Amino acid sequence: MNWNWSHVDDFMPLFWDGVELTLKALFFGTLIAFSLGLVWAIAQRSEKKWIRWPVTVFTEFIRNTPLLVQLFFLFYVVPEWGPSMSPLTTGIVGLGLHYSTYTSEVYRAGIEGVPDGQWEAATALSLSKRRTWTAVILPQAVRRVIPALGNYVIIMLKESPQMAAIGALDMLGQAQGYSQATFTYEAISVVGVAFIVIAYPASVLLRVLERRLVR
Amino acid sequence: MSADSSTSQEIPNPAVDGSELIRFDKVVKRYGSNTVLDELDFSVASGKHVTLIGPSGSGKTTILRLLMTLVKPDEGTIKVGDNYLTHEERNGKLVPAGEKHVREVRKNIGMVFQQFNLFPNMKVLRNITEAPVTVLGLSKDEAEQRARELLDLVGLGDRCDAYPSQLSGGQQQRVAIARALAMRPQVLLLDEVTSALDPELVAGVLDVLRDIAHTTDITMLCVTHEMSFARDISDQVLMFDSGRVIESGTPEKIFTEPEHERTREFLSAVL
Repeated sequence: MNWNWSHVDDFMPLFWDGVELTLKALFFGTLIAFSLGLVWAIAQRSEKKWIRWPVTVFTEFIRNTPLLVQLFFLFYVVPEWGPSMSPLTTGIVGLGLHYSTYTSEVYRAGIEGVPDGQWEAATALSLSKRRTWTAVILPQAVRRVIPALGNYVIIMLKESPQMAAIGALDMLGQAQGYSQATFTYEAISVVGVAFIVIAYPASVLLRVLERRLVR
Repeated sequence: MSADSSTSQEIPNPAVDGSELIRFDKVVKRYGSNTVLDELDFSVASGKHVTLIGPSGSGKTTILRLLMTLVKPDEGTIKVGDNYLTHEERNGKLVPAGEKHVREVRKNIGMVFQQFNLFPNMKVLRNITEAPVTVLGLSKDEAEQRARELLDLVGLGDRCDAYPSQLSGGQQQRVAIARALAMRPQVLLLDEVTSALDPELVAGVLDVLRDIAHTTDITMLCVTHEMSFARDISDQVLMFDSGRVIESGTPEKIFTEPEHERTREFLSAVL
């Protein structure tokens, strides 16, 4: 097999469309995963059983079923009785929701890592629950878990091609389409490199963050 | 649980003068099958400095933790001033206290911990102003002014902008004292505040507390192994054993002529 640059040139417009979609999905998916995960983590520490229990069941369910199934469900089943969303939006929601159940575990570990003495000091000062969380516990917990959260951004990047199954063509989806139509392998190779080009600097950045944040 | 023959003995009420500020009434606290406090009755008069001594596991720290509402009693009532800490009166009936009621009564109590427990994510000044601003509703300026005065009092007026991790243990503990005082509590609870400190840092913290004890009318309840400090600041020393007060009196009496055999044993072991 000979490498043919003209296939690379042909693929480029599709490639950039794919990159745009990958980055959009990653950015908004991360936003959802990070914020929802925090909601789950805090809800699971609630004193009220009726909050704790459903959240536990829901997150366990999501975490233990494949992302692909969830994407299909969101795309084909939910519109039957709920909102119908574009492939990209569905992908973002699916990715964000799925990984929120992982980030919630990360947050949980971070919250549990805050010494009891911090809760006790907050009680001794009569800080409100809200203030205890926002001013004392979360700033300490989140700082500890930023590197672990960052890992999930990289994992989400690598899992984002699953969105192609519902028609949201990320860079890999575009490459697959192009390759199957032309029986060539250049497009796939370009995308392989693109993943490294995005993921590796992100990993390095994470390691730097880790060194700065975790003492 | 404890079959001590002295349990029926009348313990003199420490509230000899001044109004009664803290009252424990038949307080029981168990951890699993271990009864730490067994129908404990005791009271502290307003403005008094009371030191609790006794072997570890005798329930001293549990008393402070009950007062700070860090743990709940299994039975009995605790009163601070005119209000129950554990209960509230509704339609003339005593019911377990709600969160709001607890917060209100608890504002009168401050605590300094063995491990300081400063908030590491906040600078020294913010550690002290956080609660006065968000709980008492002071303006930021008022709170900062109060904080600076207190930092001067504990000899750290120049460390407002440091993070706790940049301070020595002794300095952190002095900030923690300032933080507790910033709420202007009626009662200050001191839970082995020098136990986690390097020996050379203990004196600075004790000096600050001595100063506060001698210049303010704050009520102090202190668990300590520093007998010289206890002797120096206390009006009253309570000797605990197995969750009961077995002897109480002035420091002179307890330290020089203890009546109870257990007190003598304990003192000879720690002094």
